[in-house]
Parts: sequence; C-alpha cells; structure tokens
Amino acid sequence: MPEQLLFAMEVTLNGLMAGVLYALVALGFVLIFKASGIFNFAQGMLVVFAAMTLVGVQTGQIPFAHLINTIFGTKIHHFGWTVPTILAIIVAGAAMVFVAWIIEKYILQHLIGQPDIILFMATIGMWYFMHGFAPLMWGSEVMKLDVGLAQGINETIDTTTYNWFGYGFFIDNLDIVAAIVAALLVTALVLFSQYTKQGRALRAVADDHSAALSVGISLRFIWVLVWSIAGFVALVAGIMWGSKSGVQISLAEVALKALPVLMLGGFTSIPGAIIGGLIIGVGEQLFEFAIGPLVGGATQAWFAYVLALVFLIFRPQGLFGEKIIERV
Amino acid sequence: MTTDMNADSYVTEDGRTIGPVVMDLKNITLRFGGVVAIKDISFDIREGEIRAIIGPNGAGKSSMLNVISGFYKPQEGEVWFRGSKRPQMRPYQVARQGLARTFQNIALFDGMTVLDNIMTGRLNKMNSNLLQQAIWKGKAEKEELENREACEKVIDFLEIQHIRKTPVGRLPYGLKKRVELARALAAEPSLLLLDEPMAGMNVEEKEDMSRFILDMNDEFGTTIALIEHDMGVVMDLSDRVVVMDYGKKIGDGTPDEVRNNQDVIDAYLGVSHD
Repeated sequence: MPEQLLFAMEVTLNGLMAGVLYALVALGFVLIFKASGIFNFAQGMLVVFAAMTLVGVQTGQIPFAHLINTIFGTKIHHFGWTVPTILAIIVAGAAMVFVAWIIEKYILQHLIGQPDIILFMATIGMWYFMHGFAPLMWGSEVMKLDVGLAQGINETIDTTTYNWFGYGFFIDNLDIVAAIVAALLVTALVLFSQYTKQGRALRAVADDHSAALSVGISLRFIWVLVWSIAGFVALVAGIMWGSKSGVQISLAEVALKALPVLMLGGFTSIPGAIIGGLIIGVGEQLFEFAIGPLVGGATQAWFAYVLALVFLIFRPQGLFGEKIIERV
Repeated sequence: MTTDMNADSYVTEDGRTIGPVVMDLKNITLRFGGVVAIKDISFDIREGEIRAIIGPNGAGKSSMLNVISGFYKPQEGEVWFRGSKRPQMRPYQVARQGLARTFQNIALFDGMTVLDNIMTGRLNKMNSNLLQQAIWKGKAEKEELENREACEKVIDFLEIQHIRKTPVGRLPYGLKKRVELARALAAEPSLLLLDEPMAGMNVEEKEDMSRFILDMNDEFGTTIALIEHDMGVVMDLSDRVVVMDYGKKIGDGTPDEVRNNQDVIDAYLGVSHD
C-alpha cells in the first residue's frame, strides 16, 4: 500500500478522535439551546470551571486560598490531603449542579420573557464573570489533571497495523477513551430524553413554555435540570481536554471550535453535534495534511470557520438542524 | 323550570347530574398597572356542568381564565377549589391539582407527534423514579402502558387516529385545536378550561367541536368552563352562562335567563344613551 495513503488513513483516524473532543463541547451548547433557546456562550467556561474544580478537589487545594492569604496574611494553600478520583468527580459534578441552580435563580429567573439576544448577552456576562472567578477560586497556574485515564500510544493498534501494512498507526489511548465515553454519554442522553418522564418534560419545555406549564411542568425545575446536565457534559469534556493538555483558563477557547461544529451539525441536534465534530476533526487534519504544506501550514486555525461559512451560505440550519420555515 | 339550582346536586332536563361547587371565585379583581381587567367578579362552577363565560372582545374573559389556571395573580379576591381556599400558586402547581386548559392561540409542542403531545398531558400521572424508568421494568413499564392506553382512548374519542404519528407542526389549524383538547382531556382533569375552542373555525368544524364538548361532558362527566364569543354556540352548549363586559359581570344564569337580561342585550346590541 502506498505510503501516502497510509499516512492519510492515520491522519483521518486521529481527526476522528479529535472530532470527538469538539463534539463533547458542542453537546453542551446543543442541550441548552434545545431546551431554552439560549445560546450559552459561557459553555467553554463551564468546561474549564468543572475541570479546575475537579483538580482542585482531587489535590486538596483550599478554594480562594490566594484571596484568604491576601486578606488575613496567612500562608495556606492545601488541606494536606488528596481525594480519591471517583469522589472528586462526584464533588465536581455536585458543584456543577450548584452552578446550574445559581444561574437559574440569579440570572435566568429575572430574564424570563426577554428576547433571546438579552439572554445571549447574559451568558457572555457569565463567561467574563467565570473568567475571573475560576482563577480566584483555584489559582491561575496550569493544573495537571490526572484521573488515571490511559495515555500515550496504543500498542495494540500500533503492532496490528504494523503487521498488516508495515506501518504502525499512532493513536493516543486517551482519544480512544474519549470516543467511548462520548458514545456512552450520547446514548444515555438520547435514551433519557426519549424515554423518561423528565426527558419528555424537557422536550416539552423546549417547544412551548405556556403549554408546558399547562400540563404541570415546572419550568424552573427543567432549567436547573438542563443546566445541570450541560454542566455534567462540561465536566466530562473538561476531563478529556484537561487530561490531554492540562487545565488553564485558556482552555475555554476550545469552546470557540464548537461554533463551527454547531453550524455544521445544527444547533438543535444531538447527533448533529457529534457528526459535526467528527467532520470538523477529520476535515481539518486532512486539509492540513494535503493542502497545509502548499500554503505554509497552520490551516487548523481557520479551516473549521471557513467550512462553517460555506455551510451558512448553502444550508443555514446545518446538516441536522430543524428546517427554518416561516409561514407567511 | 322547576329544578332547584341551589341544592347540593340536581338533575338536568337531559338527565345529567350536576354536583356541588368545584371552583368558587370570590370578588376577583385583576389590574395591569392602571388598567382594571377584571372588576370584583364572583361566580362558581359546579361539578359536571358546562359553564360558559361570554362577552364582547376585551371584556376580560381570557384574563378570568388565566386567573383560574394560575397564569395571572389577581390583586384582590379568593379562589376556592374543592372546598378550600387556594394559596398563591404557579401555573404548573394549579395543573397538578387537576386543572387542564387549552389556549386561544393554540400552545402545542410542534416538534412532537400527536401521540407524544397527548402523552405529555399525563406527565403528572407518572410516579416511577428515574432508576425504574432507566431499567424499564416493573412500575415504569406498567405505568407507560397504562398511560398509553388512556391516551389511545382519548385519541379514539376525538377521532384523530389517522394522525397519531404526525408531527403536530404539520397539521392544519382545526386539527391542532383538537389535539390540544386531547392533551387536556388526557390529564383526566377535574376542571377543564377551554379558551375559545371554536375561534377561527368553519361551521363544520364548529359543529364537530360542539359535539366533542358535549360528549366529553356526557361520557366522562368532565366539568368544563369555556370562553366563547359566538353567542349561538354557547347557548346550545352550556348549563349556565356568565356574561362579562368591560371587566364587570353583567349577567349570570341559565342561557334563557341570560338571553332575556336587559344588560346583556345592551352590551351585545349596543344601547343609545339619550
């Protein structure tokens, strides 16, 4: 088999894996957008905050240590214990539920009935608030996140492909784990929304608020629920991204890559977020592989956005989005 | 008429039993800023009856219905439901008490099928927890089947079998109205509120809707309060009628009584003030 083709195959596989990570972030956007029509700009910050909280709890950091030290002249940093990973994940998950509750009570509750743009602006505000709040709570150094996921080259794939083609593929174990987790997460979410009472209520709220109220659905409960789920998805995304590249505030910018993913897949479709993520992941890797050398490289920085732009022109609702029909 | 309508229960001419008071509204006043939408209105709704609220446009009928269903909170007055005073409640809590309603401008879940829409009407009949639903055994399975059966009954009753798998967004107006009614009926409400069920319908659709309302009341014994401004339809349907004009109650009684009420005639036909 020609070498170029083998390289392309390896690049494609790695692209798929990177796409899974994009998809995980995009998923959080879709959930909130579907249920409340809010485009949650702060989703990327939720990812960072979840990851930071996880590391902070796990390593026994004292929250707001820097602030406390400045005010009281103390020199505290750590509790002096470490928390088992599972427990730390549960605590971080609970923290995300708490964040969801705070957002509902102090922001969304006061903006009921406001135009979408106002809610969107509020989420931009949330982004900036958390941009300051998260480092205040957990410090601004790059944190190392280790929840014991396998990392490094997958030997099995390497040797198998070597035996077949005489060329070993490099696939990161972490990416494989991410793909499996993402698949499980999506399956669970789809089952939840299709077959449970709460899921049905969630879809109802997404469709019509008055009608939902009239059949006895509490809007506040559903909003807290959906923001909690988005927070949980953010935690999962945070674990995957954090394990790969460390946890720091600039991680929030990966969320910007979720935008082209959403434009491709459609803002209202869970499968769309996944497929969109995969297309962007593969597309940008292959493009860099094939065209990159001709134009001086670094095409990953813009490829996704240009692709999204093309989609906006020809299919504004995305691949799987609900068709926009205006009755005249 | 010789029946004593103040008794605890009585039997109508066509043989239906009208029970005690279910919903009692006492001196309701509702204001929006300086505008008084409802002014000191009292009336009651009895079990098993069809109660109509009529009046010209802007009389405050829809506001009244929104007060009953908890969407609006009156500044003054009390709402009594099943013999006890209702505290301040949110609309979803009112719905959980057994009040179902439809909307003047149809509020359906457009993305769902007709069957799914109707199933949402039974959300409050489901008590199994998330875990039971996840493993889909025992209580959750039994519940889902029971609720499906109840919905199928409503679907048969309202003659919408042929569209049960159709997404609601694709249906024409008349059928949407019927699906909305089905969703409300699926909740097996102790009081069903209909906001202009026949608005915007042609004669044939109106006749169908009237028949459904009468049959619902007859077959399931559903208590119904409805708003309508088509006088003719209301007079044929209802047991008792409240007439509103400019936020005030100007008449209350059987269709015949209301028809002969001078204030009502003035409100509808206009009166010269010279």
